Amino acid sequence: MLGADDLAAIRLTLELATTTTAILLVIGTPLAWWLARTRSALKRVIRAVVALPLVLPPTVLGFYLLLAMGPNGPVGQFTAALGLGTLPFTFAGLVIGSVFYSMPFVVQPLQQAFESIGPRPLEVAATLRAGPWDTFFSVVLPLARPGFITATILGFAHTVGEFGVVLMIGGNIPEKTRVVSVQVYDHVEALAYTQAHWLAGGLVLFSFLVLLALYSGRRSPSGWG
Amino acid sequence: MIIHRLVSCVAVVMLAIGAHVHAAEVQVAVASNFIGPMQRIAARFEAETGHKALLSSGATGKLYAQIRNGAPFELFLAADERTPHKLEEEGAAVKGSRFTYAIGKLVLWSPQAGFVDDRGEVLRDADFEHLAIASPRTAPYGAAAMEVLERLGLAEALATRLVTGENIAQTYQFVSTGNARLGFIALSQVMVDGKLGAGSVWHVPAELYTPIRQDAVVLGRGRDNPAARALADYLRGSVAADIIRSYGYER
Repeated sequence: MLGADDLAAIRLTLELATTTTAILLVIGTPLAWWLARTRSALKRVIRAVVALPLVLPPTVLGFYLLLAMGPNGPVGQFTAALGLGTLPFTFAGLVIGSVFYSMPFVVQPLQQAFESIGPRPLEVAATLRAGPWDTFFSVVLPLARPGFITATILGFAHTVGEFGVVLMIGGNIPEKTRVVSVQVYDHVEALAYTQAHWLAGGLVLFSFLVLLALYSGRRSPSGWG
Repeated sequence: MIIHRLVSCVAVVMLAIGAHVHAAEVQVAVASNFIGPMQRIAARFEAETGHKALLSSGATGKLYAQIRNGAPFELFLAADERTPHKLEEEGAAVKGSRFTYAIGKLVLWSPQAGFVDDRGEVLRDADFEHLAIASPRTAPYGAAAMEVLERLGLAEALATRLVTGENIAQTYQFVSTGNARLGFIALSQVMVDGKLGAGSVWHVPAELYTPIRQDAVVLGRGRDNPAARALADYLRGSVAADIIRSYGYER
């Protein structure tokens, strides 16, 4: 059965995924909106940067985060100067790593949702004298609802499934950085296969249910990427 | 003249084929901490015997899982005694083929010169935010580090400052990048060309922890492979012993 350590890991994982998803929705919405609307030459560059975690091994991302956030790295020197210490081995550090790691899973569905709205509803709203904020909240948000649902589910689920980045910057500290995927790895390494099965099987079930919910709720059959 | 050349060419080809018939390949699973010395030993072994050693490295627990699930390894150099023993008991390794090829030495290390003193007093002064160790549950060096902290009566006081690497290589990485100011790692990790590398180090006295014996065992698949047996013998020999010592292990 699940031990106290396992439950702590599950709780921590859910906290991490919730925090990360919330932050990504706040950052990702304007970013996706800009990507959907802009004609700037920078668009391709930003799109490529956002998509990088899709192709990079998480160990690469984790390695550079460890160097950048460490006491000799630029981010680490900045946070140390602010009196915050350094970020590796902390929950905040994991959140930052996860935000990078799950970014494409939130930004891409949002961008696609915004693009599929097209210019027409916005023009209509403008002729009705709706301001930009009003247009966004009364027209864009309702029309892009499926995109937000997809982005939220994928961002959350992908953060739950994160492993390589956490392994590199986490330090495996109970209740602070030891998430479920790391705990599974730990069980397997310690040859505690029964405990590993409970958590690993739980993750398989969870992921399946998430994807099932995602595909059941979606009206259009087209993919999000 | 042409005939003469032809004959020598044929002779060379036949020699090559002959050597090929006698030489065999052996697939070796090596614990990550020993991959450096093992590469050197394998090179000497290949030069002397004509056999070929293919090395794969990983964490001992992971290699165990792979071996139990059909990985094609014939010789296993683990980072502990327990795992080869378990494989022997489970019938996955050749009974009686197990031997200790190296004994690991634990050190407390910091990349900062003069930070770690030669008696480990730095642990009591505790002027650091993080102390890195390998996972005590999965890594022998981690278990040894915890033993040292307990013997020194510091386990509780330092509990909140411990950060745990999944294996000893990751623990070294935490310290070498400066994210942890110091850590318990393997002496072999800070040896460069047979000498101590940069930083400051405390050689943890042997009486503070159970010796970290690293055992090797011939696996079921290597039972009838002469190269597997030959490499196991070579590891026990004096050439291997010298290389192993130069990397900071004992024999």
